[in-house]
Amino acid sequence: MASTLADLKSLEEDQLQRIDEDGIREITYRQALQEALTEEMTRDDNVLLMGEDIGAYGGSYVVTRGFQEEWGRERVIDTPISELGMVGVATGAAMAGVRPVMELMTINFALLAIDQIVNHAAKISYMFGGQFNAPLVVRTASGWGQLSATHSQTFEGWFAHIPGLRVVMPSTPLDAKGFLKSAIRGQDPVLFIEHSLIYRNRGPVPEEEYTLPLEGSEVRREGKDVTLISWSRGAILALGAAEELEEEHGISCEVIDMRVLRPLDTETVIESVKKTNRAVVVEESWRTMGLGAEIAARIQEDAFDWLDAPVGRVGALEVPMPYARNLERLVIPGKDEVIEAVRQALA
Amino acid sequence: MATSATSDVGLLEQMDTDQLLDFYRQMYLIRRFEERAAEQYAYGKIGGFLHLYIGEEAVAVGAIAAMTERDHLFTHYRDHGYALAIGADPGEAMAELFGKETGTTKGRGGSMHMVHPERNFWGGYAIVGGHIPLATGAGLAIKHKKEDAVSVAIFGDGSTNSGAFHESANMASLWKLPVVFLCENNLYGMGTAVEYASAVPEMSTKAKGHGIETETVDGQDVLAMYDAMQRAIKYCKDGNGPFFLEAMTYRFRGHSMADPESYRDRQEIDHYRERDPISIFKDQLLGAEKASNDDFEQIDNEVEETVEQAVQFADESDFPDPATIYDWIYYSEGEVGKEPPRG
Amino acid sequence: MAKNVLMPQMGYDMDAGTLLRWLKSPGDEVERGEPIAEIETDKVNIEIEAFDSGVLAKTLIGEGDTVPVGEIIAIIGDPGEEIEDVPEAETVSSNGAETTEEAEVQPAEAPPTGQAEDEEAESATQPKPRDEPQPSIMETPSGDRIRASPLVRRLAEEHSIDLAQVDGSGPHGRIVKRDIQPYVDGEIEVPTRRVEEQAPAEAPAEEERVVSEAPAQPTARPSAEPQELSRIRQTIGRRMQQSFRDAPHIFITMSIDMGKAMDLRRQINAELDEPESEITVNDLVIKAAAIALRKYPVMNSAFVDEKREIHDRIDVNFAVAIEDGLISPFIADTDHKTLGEIARATKDMAKRAREGGLKPEEYAGGTFTISNLGMFGVDHFTAVINPPQAAILAVGAAKMTPVWNADAEDFEPRFMMQVTLAADHRVTDGAESARFLQHLKGLLENPMRMIAG
Repeated sequence: MASTLADLKSLEEDQLQRIDEDGIREITYRQALQEALTEEMTRDDNVLLMGEDIGAYGGSYVVTRGFQEEWGRERVIDTPISELGMVGVATGAAMAGVRPVMELMTINFALLAIDQIVNHAAKISYMFGGQFNAPLVVRTASGWGQLSATHSQTFEGWFAHIPGLRVVMPSTPLDAKGFLKSAIRGQDPVLFIEHSLIYRNRGPVPEEEYTLPLEGSEVRREGKDVTLISWSRGAILALGAAEELEEEHGISCEVIDMRVLRPLDTETVIESVKKTNRAVVVEESWRTMGLGAEIAARIQEDAFDWLDAPVGRVGALEVPMPYARNLERLVIPGKDEVIEAVRQALA
Repeated sequence: MATSATSDVGLLEQMDTDQLLDFYRQMYLIRRFEERAAEQYAYGKIGGFLHLYIGEEAVAVGAIAAMTERDHLFTHYRDHGYALAIGADPGEAMAELFGKETGTTKGRGGSMHMVHPERNFWGGYAIVGGHIPLATGAGLAIKHKKEDAVSVAIFGDGSTNSGAFHESANMASLWKLPVVFLCENNLYGMGTAVEYASAVPEMSTKAKGHGIETETVDGQDVLAMYDAMQRAIKYCKDGNGPFFLEAMTYRFRGHSMADPESYRDRQEIDHYRERDPISIFKDQLLGAEKASNDDFEQIDNEVEETVEQAVQFADESDFPDPATIYDWIYYSEGEVGKEPPRG
Repeated sequence: MAKNVLMPQMGYDMDAGTLLRWLKSPGDEVERGEPIAEIETDKVNIEIEAFDSGVLAKTLIGEGDTVPVGEIIAIIGDPGEEIEDVPEAETVSSNGAETTEEAEVQPAEAPPTGQAEDEEAESATQPKPRDEPQPSIMETPSGDRIRASPLVRRLAEEHSIDLAQVDGSGPHGRIVKRDIQPYVDGEIEVPTRRVEEQAPAEAPAEEERVVSEAPAQPTARPSAEPQELSRIRQTIGRRMQQSFRDAPHIFITMSIDMGKAMDLRRQINAELDEPESEITVNDLVIKAAAIALRKYPVMNSAFVDEKREIHDRIDVNFAVAIEDGLISPFIADTDHKTLGEIARATKDMAKRAREGGLKPEEYAGGTFTISNLGMFGVDHFTAVINPPQAAILAVGAAKMTPVWNADAEDFEPRFMMQVTLAADHRVTDGAESARFLQHLKGLLENPMRMIAG
């Protein structure tokens, strides 16, 4: 998962800001995260960054490059390779009054820390009767890229299963920045899941400071024939498919970006499905027992009498991720699979 | 039982009688609280697991007496003794065991999750070793905020075999965090004797491997405990990094109420019962003429009354209102509202 | 003062215990904390202790007895105290569960640590008074289930539409919104259950309908009992009936010289090692039709709701005869497929069609159908349009036929094949259909044009 040379070279180019037609500047997802961290560290001395290789190395996805030089080792702390311990340390530190932002290199490593995330951080408020809290942020990245079975997984559904956690998975630079700032200022443990394949995506982000509440999904594209539901890179995929379906098949898709996976807002989805009568859930995870299954279940619970077809689902093939490029491409759903699922939903 | 520290006779002389009798009172309060809890458990008033602290009272009382109000405390799940020693109300503690709204966590946590936030006691934790990183993190916060405080993790011999302990010990030592690792070595991890679970007989050996200073103390001697804990805390507050204190103790009761104690024989239990921390301390006080049997009897009666009232309070308290079941899933209710019922 | 000793709860999952042996006898002194008996639970044997000091006055159960948690098993009194009869069954109250009288009287049935009785849950299990059974609008008159989407069911309820009379165009004949919309919008009169059955606008969805007319008198005795039609026969019958009745068919026949196409086919097949890629005449026709459809998109349309919908994609169906019926799988994006891909797909799907192994998504849909009876030696036939498609091509056998060569002023032997297009007159006309056939003919007579694309 370590950044490739090509990534590093492209960083220079990414640092350039662009101005879009409306005069709003466009920055990358990575820059949006960097801005959020910088602004929050400036605002509050108690915000600490922790994680493996976030200092001199700059972070495995180079989000914190230059931070240690700027803020020093006391506030940008390289941790040993101790995922369980370091998430626990961040939780305890948060309970005792600092604001740790812990970077777990990838969500695959979150499994080493799952006891601390699930049995500790997520339980502090409820289990002790709301008398104190553990406001830590765990930043981590989902994604793949010929990294094979143990480094290419998408576990957001596992964590979104847990009451007490907030799980966000932004797809745009605007959301990434606003959510991260809110997560750092909030009172609850937040699992903030990035995606290794969208760090270079650009999008409009206002110059002036803003935060976004950690709740609610968003309609990214309006349509009338079918509702596409996804999040993170899946939402971008769904938007691309919607465009092609409109242009080449005259099918009008409404696309909803879930953005916040716990608490899960399905109101927007239900409203949309009542309009389009058809829905397809797109996820990059395995479908079995997944978040898509939960969303599909809620659609049938709350919009059964508006459904004109079964809820379609697009997900990864149910195999451990293979290394070979062509096999990997088969596992992860692409635009064609989304288009096919939409056509089936409209059959 | 190997001990490297014993009661300092000088300390007994120096300390004022009120404080000494308060040590006695606290230990006896814990003892009677636990006995009554066992009784109430047998009556079905208390559910789930009930892990009693009987036999280990001197560790909690001695260690906590050495802590200030700024210090932080995280413990394992055999935690009633810490809650009482640090000042939790016995009625609220018993009400928690009864699962009542008036309990220390309003009936949410139960026996294994006692707290007393007013004194930075952030709870008992039920995943063995899982709270050691939390205590280490509090140490990081203390260091970052440059506070004159320490963070104390109390855990058993069993948890020193966990990754959580070793990862924490390494980080605390690496970053020189003010953390006292207080290991209660009661010779058994649930029903498995130390010799079948740990490659080294002394838990402190493991801390030494992480470059941490250690000391072993007689955990049945409350004054020795108090003395050693004061040294450990001072060491940390002086900026030397963490300290590992191993208290040798013994659990007089089973692991939990359902424990038939098939792993140890009656002779062994009787042997250690000879070293009852309450009897030892009583003898010390009588020997030094710091207290009389009348003093003890008066305290015993007061404690008896306190615990009886605690049981009554627990019994008469209401169960939590079902309407509150979704409260506190998130702490920041005002910010974004309560979690809707199905997440 | 006398204290009761209860069968203790020794573990969160214990609801009863067996007394193994008394460790004290009546009259013995006991101290608080002293073991007085050994009990057995389903997990362990464990000693139980006295919570009070005194004299064991009475034991109330014997060794080997099993009693529920909370039942009194002994009484401890002060020395010399007179112990009266056992008080009324005093048992425990619980730790947050029920305190109902029932539990106190019958602890065995309601263990004190049991979960609270949930009144709501209980009332939910009570049988609720039910309305008089009414024939469901979701069933056919014969009581069979109708496939309709939840949305359609709701709309049918709201508009009192009898779904038995609505034809389903969705997968597996499911009635979907577009099928019912004309009724909801009032464009077609609502068929309700009570309406006279004759000549309804739409055929029933899945099942045979009860026909109200009196049957014609038989003129000959049937050779056997009347046969129930298979499901597939019913479906074919219904769809073809609807098509032939509703769609005005134009039939146009054209003869095509297949000589070059046959040569090309031989050449290609000679190069092949694997038989599954061998190209048939029908594959050539499918390929040619797909290309012609791109040029004449109206032939690739559907007649739906009084409108013509032209498909972007060209998915050519080909009819496969199967036991007691036929099925028409389609080749997705036929115009983008090479001849080899088409050949492999037709072979594979035809084989699976005969084995019953087609997936619904392989035959539910398609935009234009080809039916070929050449293998039976048929020269020429006409086919019924596969609704809602606009046209179907019926293909006969390619046969050596004498053809007049005007230049040579003589008959020449040619591989001639007759194809007949049936087109929906609501969608197109004869001239356009003819142009389509001309283009098709041109492609098949100069097959390199197909391969060159």
